Amino acid sequence: MRTSLPMFMGLGLLALAPMQAQAGGADILKSQCSACHALSKPASVTIDDLWTRKAPDLWYAGDKFNKDWLVAWLQNPTRIRPAGYPYFKNVIKGPKHDEIDESKLKPHVHLAKADAEAVADALMAMKPDGVVQKGIYKGGSVNMRMGAMTFDKFRGCIACHKGADGKGGFSGAELTDAGKRLQPDYIASFIKDPQKIDPHIWMPTLAMNDRSIQMLTGYLIKLSGQEKK
Amino acid sequence: MRHQSLLLGGIVLATLAFSAVQPASAADTKIERVYGTYCVQCHGLKRNGTGVNLPALSVRPRDHTDPKGMGSLPDDEIFKAIKTGGLSVNKSVLMPSWGGTLNDKQITEMVHYLRTVCKCGH
Repeated sequence: MRTSLPMFMGLGLLALAPMQAQAGGADILKSQCSACHALSKPASVTIDDLWTRKAPDLWYAGDKFNKDWLVAWLQNPTRIRPAGYPYFKNVIKGPKHDEIDESKLKPHVHLAKADAEAVADALMAMKPDGVVQKGIYKGGSVNMRMGAMTFDKFRGCIACHKGADGKGGFSGAELTDAGKRLQPDYIASFIKDPQKIDPHIWMPTLAMNDRSIQMLTGYLIKLSGQEKK
Repeated sequence: MRHQSLLLGGIVLATLAFSAVQPASAADTKIERVYGTYCVQCHGLKRNGTGVNLPALSVRPRDHTDPKGMGSLPDDEIFKAIKTGGLSVNKSVLMPSWGGTLNDKQITEMVHYLRTVCKCGH
C-alpha cells in the first residue's frame, strides 16, 4: 500500500504530461501566433475582413493538418503560398505581368522541437464540428494520369496552384506536397465547397461530382508520396 | 482646326468636371475590391489579363481593358462566364465558375464594373 502511492502519483503525472504540453502549446499559440492567425472562429467574415488577414485561420487546424508535418514545419517553416497570404496584398504591377513583392513576405516564426510539438498538439485539438466532412474521402486506387489531366487540364487547378514538379500558379497554396501537409478529408471537403470552410475565400467552388473529388484528392495524396488506406 | 481643338478641350474639361462631382459610389468601391480579391489573380492589377498567375496559364486571360474584345460581348454572356465559368460560354476552363462565391447581384455589379474598365458600355 505504501508503494502504491508514488506509483499512483507517477501515473497521474504521466496522464498530466500531454495536458501540460497542450496548455504550453496553447500559450505559445496565444503569445506568438494569434497576432496573425485567427485561433477562434470569427463571428462573421466579409470580403473586407479577408483584406485584414495576415495569415490563414487556424481555428480548425486539427481537422486540416497532419501532425507530423506540423511538428517538422514549425521547426523549419518554408513558404506554402508563393505570393504569401493573402496573395492580393503582395502583388505589384510588373512589365509583363503582376509580380510578387518579395519585400512584403516575412519569414515565419521558427520554433524549437519541444515547442513545435506542444503547438502541434494544441493545434490538433482544434476540431470544431461541421467544418470538415468526416469520412468524405473514401480512398482506393488512384489513376495518376487521370488525376494529372484533371489538375492540369480538365479543372485548371494548375492556374493558381503548383502541382507535379512544382509547376503551376502563384496565388494559391502549393499542392506538390499537399498530402503531407493536409488531411485527406480536409482536401476533399475544401475541393467540394471551399466557401463552407472559409467564406469568401478566393478559391472557386467548381461544383465537382464525388467521383472527381475522390480522384483529385487521391491524386494529391499520392503526388506527395502519402498513400492512405 | 482651332475650333476643333477648342471643342475637344471643352469636352475634356466637361468630362473632368463631371467626374469630379460624381464620386465613385460605395457599390463601385466594393465591386472593385471584389475584383481585387478574385479576378486579379489572373486578370491582373492592370485588368488586362496579366495577373500574377499568367506564367502558369495555357490561355491568356481576357483583357478587360480592351474595348473591342469586351465590346463584342453582350452583358448576359459576361454574366454567364463569371457565374458558370469559361466552358459555359465556349471559352477556357481556366476561367472557373464564381457562382458559388459571388451572388447574382455582385455578378451583375461586376458586369457593370467591367463596362467601365473597358470603356465600352452597352
